[in-house]
Amino acid sequence: MTPHADTAGASAVAPASRTGPKPAAGSGARRARRDSLTGLWLVLPFTTLFAAFMVWPLLAGLWTSFTDRSLAQDESSFVGLANWAEMLGDSAVWQSLWVTLLFTLITTPPLVVIALVMAQLTHRATAHIGWFLRFSYFAPFLMPVAVVALIWEWMYQPEFGMVNGLLASVGIPGVSWLTDGGTVLPAIAITTVWWTVGFNYLLYLAALQGIPAYVYEAAAIDGAGPWQRFRSITLPLLGRTTTLIVLLQMVASLKLFDQAYLMTNGTGGPNYAARPIIGYIFESGFTGLRIGYASAISYLLFAVIIVVSVLQFKLFSRKEGTV
Amino acid sequence: MRPRDTRRPVPAPALGRRAFLAGGLAAAGTALAGCGPADTVLSGRQRLRQWNLFTGGDGARMVEMHDAYRKQHPGIDFQPSTFQWGNPYYTKFAMGAAGGRAFDIATLHVSRLRGLGVDTLIAPVPTDLLARHGITRDTVQHSTWDKCTIGGELYAIPLDTHLVVTYFNRDACEKAGVLDADGNLVDTSGEEEFLDVCAAVKEATGKYGVVMDTTHAWRQFWSLYRQLGGEFKLEGELGIDDDKALRALDFLRRISQSGLAPEASDGAATPANFQNGIAGLMISGNWELPTLKDAGMDFGMRAFPDIFGAELGQGDSHCFVLPVRREPDEDAVAAAVEYAAWMLKNSLTWAGGGHTPAYLPVTRSPEYAALEPQSGYRKAAANVQFDPQAWFSGSAAQLQAQASAVFTGVHTGAVTPETALRRFKHAAQKLIDTPAPV
Repeated sequence: MTPHADTAGASAVAPASRTGPKPAAGSGARRARRDSLTGLWLVLPFTTLFAAFMVWPLLAGLWTSFTDRSLAQDESSFVGLANWAEMLGDSAVWQSLWVTLLFTLITTPPLVVIALVMAQLTHRATAHIGWFLRFSYFAPFLMPVAVVALIWEWMYQPEFGMVNGLLASVGIPGVSWLTDGGTVLPAIAITTVWWTVGFNYLLYLAALQGIPAYVYEAAAIDGAGPWQRFRSITLPLLGRTTTLIVLLQMVASLKLFDQAYLMTNGTGGPNYAARPIIGYIFESGFTGLRIGYASAISYLLFAVIIVVSVLQFKLFSRKEGTV
Repeated sequence: MRPRDTRRPVPAPALGRRAFLAGGLAAAGTALAGCGPADTVLSGRQRLRQWNLFTGGDGARMVEMHDAYRKQHPGIDFQPSTFQWGNPYYTKFAMGAAGGRAFDIATLHVSRLRGLGVDTLIAPVPTDLLARHGITRDTVQHSTWDKCTIGGELYAIPLDTHLVVTYFNRDACEKAGVLDADGNLVDTSGEEEFLDVCAAVKEATGKYGVVMDTTHAWRQFWSLYRQLGGEFKLEGELGIDDDKALRALDFLRRISQSGLAPEASDGAATPANFQNGIAGLMISGNWELPTLKDAGMDFGMRAFPDIFGAELGQGDSHCFVLPVRREPDEDAVAAAVEYAAWMLKNSLTWAGGGHTPAYLPVTRSPEYAALEPQSGYRKAAANVQFDPQAWFSGSAAQLQAQASAVFTGVHTGAVTPETALRRFKHAAQKLIDTPAPV
């Protein structure tokens, strides 16, 4: 958000305020009602879609979590809190939730830091190489998850994979990346970073290009070195972008499923070391046919994401106050 | 989504949530269409919607058979749809069948029959109609036919049996001196003899003797456990013979930890390791046959090795099932039964994919006997070891997944057989205690 955006917002509001209630006698209240009716008509299409595809499924899912709905039966009956009670005592729920949280913890920092480093590199590069860097950093993000998973699954192969081949050439013994409980989640994290860092990179690059050059010039004249310029100008001015990236990234990482499912061939890795909570929801609901139970776990994840987002938002607002 | 004239298998949908939802919506749309495409109705042809899970070599053979079927059945508007094997397929199967109007006939693993709603989703097969086409218990592999029968009612029409077998690379085995006069792998009996063969082959390849999928160790485990005569009881209190299970697991630990087999090899890597000559033997499902044949490899096949007294291998059967219909449609049922019978009678083509046809006149034919390397494990298919029965057991179901998740650590050395068995028993008991959704 630049200062210009704020003024644009203000001007957009201005016409609306002109149509506000005027001290004219008699017709004011009627016009206000007519205006608000017009407004209602305008938001109706969105509201209808939102209700049909967001609110209704949300409520239906919540209701389902109190039933024993099955994928293989037409009838279902109300079972009260049975699914929720089972969930709280189900070690697989907590284990898979932990996998998801751990994945979020190990992917978010590199996805922010590496994106920033790459954006800095591109920003300082000459026009000749700039377009190439932009393209090559962003290219992996354009690939579908199935392709990414397939490429990396072969690269991680212990006997003939490229990764172990490179390690062997510098004398490091081979690692069973996807088949060892200790390395399977980090391996998926590395793949995820390679695949999605391009998006954050693009956000940072846009923000960097928004910092005026004269600020740096002024600092340089005052004798600030490159590191000092980066610390005192670049980082603070990128604060909002960083907050946005961290928030988006955490929510994205909490929703881990596709690449973990594909790279472990649906097994979740040794002893489920790489089965995220959505993987367990999928297994309970679709493999195990228990839609009611899966709905309850979905709501647990929903709650976790809400809590994380609210915490983020709180931190974000506090920062805004201090800046 | 569903071309009327599929020359090639429809590509499997991607697995993302969105794609899944899109697929669901498309399927719902098809179901809503109700009476089918206009041209079907106008032409007066009988529509037959078939769902299957065959891709790769199997998919190519099914398409070949379907082309022949179409030529002989001009009055049938035949519409096959192919989905990705395993979970993605069974999910759609359950949702499509619950909708009541998704398919007229579908393929299934017989081991999943109980878990997918017998009488709620899957209807009994009209045996009198089937018998009119010459398919009865007398003309089909008995053990498989009986597997398709629940409470005296036939619920599935078996097309084949398939199981884990031993593949051997002729060059490597010749170098290791483990081929007999006919160029086949020598017979072995007991743990030590087989390990000796593996050691000789390892010597020849310079890397490993044998390779198997360590991420799906259930197949190896159940084969070995059944060789020891072990049984499972999957009701009330879980019943497992600990000693036998530990012996089976310990063999897996031994073969991987002694360097005769890779500690880790997933589904994609296993045939690749065999093809690349990293291992001279492979223990895997007979469905890898077409891939290796197409690669021009010189290899042979035989039954799963006799480690504990018999050459028994874990396996399953592809069968055809009919959906429970909300509105009876005798014409569609008749067309579906006739189609299944036709597929059984023409399953010599199917045998090319490595599966053993269930229809006895085909397996007894001289054409089938001439198939190589299928002849090497023909006998084993008659005593295929099916998974224990429960709503959560069978191909790509939860019992296999739970077993494989913990047993993989036995191969890699991450856990001892004792720990793995304890964890598996805990998981199996949890499945037993789960309220059944079917």
